[in-house]
Amino acid sequence: MAISDADVLHVARLARLRLDQDEVGRMREQLSTILGHVQELSKLDLGVVAPTAHALDVSNSVRPDASRPSWPRDEVLREAPDPADGGFRVPPTA
Amino acid sequence: MMMDTAGLSAEHCVELLDTREVSCRELVSAYLDRIDRDDDRVHAFLRTRRELALAEADGFDRDGRTGLQGVPIALKDILCTKGEETTAGSRILEGHVPIYDGGCVTRVKAAGLVSLGKTNMDEFAMGSSTENSAFGVTHNPWDPDRVPGGSSGGSSAAVAAGFAPLALGTDTGGSIRQPAALCGVVGMKPTYGAVSRYGLIAFASSLDQIGPFAHTVRDCALLLQVICGKDECDATSVELPEPIVVPEAQDLRGVRLGVPTGLLEQGIEPGVRESFDAGIRSAKGLGADVVEVALPHAGYALPAYYLIAPAEASANLSRFDGVRYGLRREEAGDTIVDMYGRTRAEGFGAEVKRRIMLGTYALSAGYYDAYYGMAQKVRTRIREDFQAAFGDCDLIAMPTSPTVAFRIGERVDDPWAMYASDVLTVPVNLAGLPGISIPCGLSEGLPVGLQLVGPAFAENRILVAAHALEQALGFDPRPAATAEAQA
Repeated sequence: MAISDADVLHVARLARLRLDQDEVGRMREQLSTILGHVQELSKLDLGVVAPTAHALDVSNSVRPDASRPSWPRDEVLREAPDPADGGFRVPPTA
Repeated sequence: MMMDTAGLSAEHCVELLDTREVSCRELVSAYLDRIDRDDDRVHAFLRTRRELALAEADGFDRDGRTGLQGVPIALKDILCTKGEETTAGSRILEGHVPIYDGGCVTRVKAAGLVSLGKTNMDEFAMGSSTENSAFGVTHNPWDPDRVPGGSSGGSSAAVAAGFAPLALGTDTGGSIRQPAALCGVVGMKPTYGAVSRYGLIAFASSLDQIGPFAHTVRDCALLLQVICGKDECDATSVELPEPIVVPEAQDLRGVRLGVPTGLLEQGIEPGVRESFDAGIRSAKGLGADVVEVALPHAGYALPAYYLIAPAEASANLSRFDGVRYGLRREEAGDTIVDMYGRTRAEGFGAEVKRRIMLGTYALSAGYYDAYYGMAQKVRTRIREDFQAAFGDCDLIAMPTSPTVAFRIGERVDDPWAMYASDVLTVPVNLAGLPGISIPCGLSEGLPVGLQLVGPAFAENRILVAAHALEQALGFDPRPAATAEAQA
């Protein structure tokens, strides 16, 4: 399973990861190798098998709909890299 | 005289405290002093908390104590600790101080266990050697040139080196059982849902589970009693159908032990196989009925796991974006997307990037059905295999790791060789089942682990059998390297 530099760059963009040129090459080779091993799965006949997303059969889990305090804003913002005016400052979105 | 903590069990610690042979301060000091003396060579801990731990110990000495109160424990640095740095082994969380305790940390504190500090790990628990930590490699106490396993290698090494009688780790694809095997300690992954994942920094949410490390199976049971149970902050957590019992059994009469012979035909080191076979002979000697079972799809678990776990990770790790907490890298003129990319490029290590890329690829348009969808179907087959096998046996036995501890650096350039460390542990996570690894002997002077796997919520069945077998095997948990250092 060979993937191209363009594939790597496309996926990196989706994943919001900046990769330098060396990383792109390394990622292309390593992902190709790993996906090659993963191809092993295509030997199996899985046509009618239902997928499993979760190993145990837990149905909806509910708790009483009671109000309770949320985290204090100042405590939450203490960990923020760039807090401003009681919120999180971010660079322009476009 | 310095108290010797090597091989000291938590039960023995309790006895020493109950009889007042030592005070809590003396006990906690003995472990902290040993860490100070030896952890330069092991690097099990990222941080210790001497002053806080001693203050907690003094409180028990002053006010009295009971149960596990005053017994030291080490916590994997992926468990959020209120007011105390928690990094998950990642540069992106360096200096991060959570504002809350994880669910199991709350339980550990309520039980009066004294945290000595936070242990090293593969970044975001992605790895099988603890070489992927952003903060240095952990060395195996049995041989400093070898890895302790991973991702909870700091916790397993801490127990093996006599730095703590108990530790907590997390197991997504073997990250408790494999390092336990490689370090000659006991490690258990409970049934998915048995322990709250609230405040556990998420890797793959449908697989992650917290569990104990200890020198003995009984100690594992004691720690499970503390950490298991429903937490309303984790909707997937459940109350165990029966309480955990500290095991007493001395034999295995009436226990049907299934060995998946087909799965063990290839890739198992001869020395590991010999140790495992000797363990199975011991089980027979204790009265177990050993039967052959088939897990025909277990050989496909590794490729399925390395699609499912990275896919979940790529989603979970999207939260590390430089906005709310953690590292942020921004340059003049950056848009928010530029800032995300720069922050994540600098904050994540190579393995984490690889898995985010792999997971994103497996979930991306055009590939979802061919990869992620297919892996989820294989997961169904693996669950069905275990269900069928447990019709013919009570527990399944296999080696925990196909090899003993490998050399530091040996597999870092070959991701698939590293992933293959998990070949016998990942099927258990995919099926959500409980499993334990106990030391069953040495090969090349290094510990070999024997894994016992049970049906969902059969923790007690596993503990009873593992305890009986442990008694018969009589493994000496003290690493030779440590013994030499003392001589």
